[in-house]
Amino acid sequence: MARQRLSYAGVAVAVPVTVPYVRYSTHSAHWFIGHAIDALVKASGVGKDQIDGLCLSSFSLAPDTAVGVTQHMGLSPRWLDHVPTGGASGVMCLRRAARAVQSGDADVVACVAADTNHIDSFRQTLGSFSNFARDATYPYGSGGPNSIFAFITANYMRSFGAKREDFGRIAVDQRSNALKNPNAMFKKPLTLDEYMAARPISDPIHLFDCVMPCAGAEAFLVMSQERARELGLPHAVIRGAIERHNAYSEDPVMVRGGWRVDRDDLYAQAGVRSADIDFVQTYDDYPVIAMMQFEDLGFCEKGEGPAFVRSHSLTCDGSFPSNTSGGQLSAGQAGAAGGFLGMTETLRQLTDTAGSRAVAHAHLGLVAGFGMVTYDRCLCTGAVILGRPA
Amino acid sequence: MTMPMMHPKRKNPVLRTQQMNLPPGARGRVALGITTAAAEGRFELQTCADCGAVQYPPRETCHKCLSPRLNWREQGGEGLLLGSTTLHHSNDLFFRERLPWQLGLVHLDAGPTVMVHLHGEVGAAPARVRVGARLDRAGQAVLIGFPNEGSAHMADDKMLREMTSDPKFRKVLVTDGKTEVGQAIVRALVKAGADIVWVGHAEPWKKMGGLDDISALPQVTLVPLDLTNGRSVTELAGAIGGKVDIVINNAEVHRNFGIASRRGTDVAKAEMDINYFGLLRLAQEFGPALKGRSADGATNATAWVNLLSIYALSNFPPHGTFSASKAAAHSLAQCLRAEMRPAGIRVINLFPGPIDDEWNQQMPPPKLAPATLASAIVKALRDGVEDIYPGDVAEEWLERWRDNPKVLERELAHGGG
Ligand SMILES: [Zn+2]
Repeated sequence: MARQRLSYAGVAVAVPVTVPYVRYSTHSAHWFIGHAIDALVKASGVGKDQIDGLCLSSFSLAPDTAVGVTQHMGLSPRWLDHVPTGGASGVMCLRRAARAVQSGDADVVACVAADTNHIDSFRQTLGSFSNFARDATYPYGSGGPNSIFAFITANYMRSFGAKREDFGRIAVDQRSNALKNPNAMFKKPLTLDEYMAARPISDPIHLFDCVMPCAGAEAFLVMSQERARELGLPHAVIRGAIERHNAYSEDPVMVRGGWRVDRDDLYAQAGVRSADIDFVQTYDDYPVIAMMQFEDLGFCEKGEGPAFVRSHSLTCDGSFPSNTSGGQLSAGQAGAAGGFLGMTETLRQLTDTAGSRAVAHAHLGLVAGFGMVTYDRCLCTGAVILGRPA
Repeated sequence: MTMPMMHPKRKNPVLRTQQMNLPPGARGRVALGITTAAAEGRFELQTCADCGAVQYPPRETCHKCLSPRLNWREQGGEGLLLGSTTLHHSNDLFFRERLPWQLGLVHLDAGPTVMVHLHGEVGAAPARVRVGARLDRAGQAVLIGFPNEGSAHMADDKMLREMTSDPKFRKVLVTDGKTEVGQAIVRALVKAGADIVWVGHAEPWKKMGGLDDISALPQVTLVPLDLTNGRSVTELAGAIGGKVDIVINNAEVHRNFGIASRRGTDVAKAEMDINYFGLLRLAQEFGPALKGRSADGATNATAWVNLLSIYALSNFPPHGTFSASKAAAHSLAQCLRAEMRPAGIRVINLFPGPIDDEWNQQMPPPKLAPATLASAIVKALRDGVEDIYPGDVAEEWLERWRDNPKVLERELAHGGG
C-alpha cells in the first residue's frame, strides 16, 4: 500500500505583495527583493527579524544566490531555499515553505520571486540559459523560447485543429482582466482583430502570443494558520499540491505537460473535482500552454482546448475565470516573478482584495506553474489548489 | 524549389563594407563531438555502448541507462518534420541581419528530436526530411533539415550558402597554375561557376605545358606570384587582395629525400620556403583582406584552402623532409584557422595521399588523379567541411593514425606506406 501523504492542513498562505513592474531597470534583482520583503514586513506586522525562513526564485541574481541575499538584506533565517524552476517556482516555493512550517523548521517563511531587466539582459540570459540551450537551440536563430513554442503551437494546431483565433480568445480575455489590474503593464484593450493583425515573431507565434520581459517582484508569506490568526492576517489554505519534472520525455514534441501525470493526486488531496474549481491561474508564457493546462488539469479532454475556449469566457466575470490578473501576457513577465503571479492573484481572490477583478463566490482557486525550457519544452510543472480557511 | 541565384550586382564602392557578426559560437565540450564529425562532413550523434540509445543534445551520461560509455556514431539523419517556423525576430545580430530565417523541429527515426536550420525546399509539416550537420559561420556544427529530394539549385538556398563556401560567382586565387594539380583545380573551379580565377605562376617567362590551355578560359587571369619572394606576394595582394573570396594554396615543393639520402639542407630549405614560409607569407598578406570582406554580400570572402599531405600526420621517411615541411604547414594552418575563425572565414585543409605526379613516380598505386583532388576541393567548399582526406591511401592512413599513431609510425619506418 502506498504511504499516505501528509496533508498541507494547518498552513496559511498570506500577504500577497507585488513590486510594480517596469520595462527596464538599472537596479539589480536585489533592489526588487528588498522592496518585496519590506512590503511583506509592512503589510503583515511581522518584523524582519521574525522572518526565519526565506525561499527565493530569481534568474538575475548571479553571482549571488539566496545565500548572498541574506547578508545583503540583513536577514538571519534558520531555513533557506533557492528554487530554480522559474515559471513553476510559485507552486514549488509554496510546497517547500509549507513543509518547513509544518515540520517546525521555520515559523514564517517569506517566498519571494524577483528579477531585474536590463536593456541587454534578456539576450544574455537566453544564450546561457542551460547547457542544452547553448548547444542545441540558441545557435538556431537565437529566437529564445519563441521558436520552441512556435513548433509546439504549430504541432498542436495541426494535431487538434486549433486556429489562431482560439489562442486569440485567451489573449483578448486576459487583456480585459488586466485592465482592472493597476499593476498590469498593458493598459489598453486588445481586440481579436488586433491580435490577428499583429506582426509575426516566429510564426505561428505573433506579437500578442508573447509576454513582455520586465523587472519586478511578487511575494507572499507562509506560516501556520495559528500564527496567521494571531497576527490577524487574512489567508488561504493549501488543499492540495503537486509537482513533476521532465514528464513525457518520450513525446517527440510537447503535446501534454506533467500536470496530466499528477492531477488525480491533486484533486484527491483536495477532495474535489475539477468542476468544483471557481477560477484557474494557468502559466501563460504562450496561449497554447494555457490551453494545454485546461486539458491536462482535467477541465476538458486532450484536443478539446480549442472548443473549450470557444464555449467559455475567461474574464473575471466569465463562465471560466482564468488569469484574472491579466496573466503574464497582459501583466508582463518579470522573470521568475511570472511564476508567482498566479499565486499572489489567487491569494487576493481568496482574501477579498482583488477589487474589481473579484470572481463571484470564489472559494477554490487552482494555480498552475510551468517552467524552464532547457531544450525543446518546459521541464517543470506544478499545481496547487488554494481555498478559504474553514 | 530554390530560386537559382542570380549573378550579384557590382558592388557600390562608396558603400561601407558590412562587418561580420558571427552566429552564437559557444558550445560545451561534449557538444564539440558534433563539430568534430561535421568538420569532416559527417553527421554523428552520441550512441550508448550499453543500451544502444541515440541521444541529443549531447550529454555526459546516457539518459536511458546512465552509462558513461557513449560513442559517436554516424547517422543517416532520416526523420519527420514535426513543425517549422519562420523567424521574424532574433536576439542575435547574425540572424537579425539575415531575417526571415526558417527553422524546424525534426523527430529523427533514430530517436531524438532535433532543432534544425530548415532548407527552403522542405515542405510543410509533417514532411520527411534528412538531417545533416554543417559548420556555420562561427565554425561550429549546426544541424540542417534538407529536403529528401532537392532541386538542381538547392545549393543556392540562402541559409545553406551561409554554411558553405560554394565557388559559384566567387573570385578565387589558385597560387600555382604550372602543375597538373593546379590546372585541374582551375578547371574544376570554372566548371563550378567561379566568376574569376586568378592563377599564380612563379616564372612568367617560362612557358609551361597546360598553362596556355587554362589561360584561354575567359574566367582565368594569370598573375605573377612567387611564394618564396615576400615582395611578389605583397604586390599581388595589393592588386587583387581586396577582391579575392577564396584562396587555394596549392603551391608546393616535393622532393624524395630522407635525412641520410641527401647531404646538406638546400632541398629541405627549398621545401620549407614554399610549403611552410610560402603559406606564412601568403597568410600575412591575404589573410587580413579576406577577414575584412567576410560579410560582404552574397559573394563574401569565405574560405582558405591549404594543400597539405597525409604525410603531415606522420612522417613518411622516404619523403622525410617533405613530410616535415607539411607537418609545419599543418601546424601553421591550425594557427591560421584560429585567426580566421573570428571573421567567419573557413580554413580547409586537404590531406591527400600520393598524388599521381612526377614526385610520386616510384609510389605504387593507388594514386590520386589531379582531377579527383580538384573535385574534392570543390566538394569541400560546397559542403563546408574543414578537413578532407581525399583518396583511398589518405583514408587508410587516417584510420590507422586514429587507431594508434605510434603503431603507424612503426609501420611507416618499415616502409609500410
Ligand atoms: Zn544507455
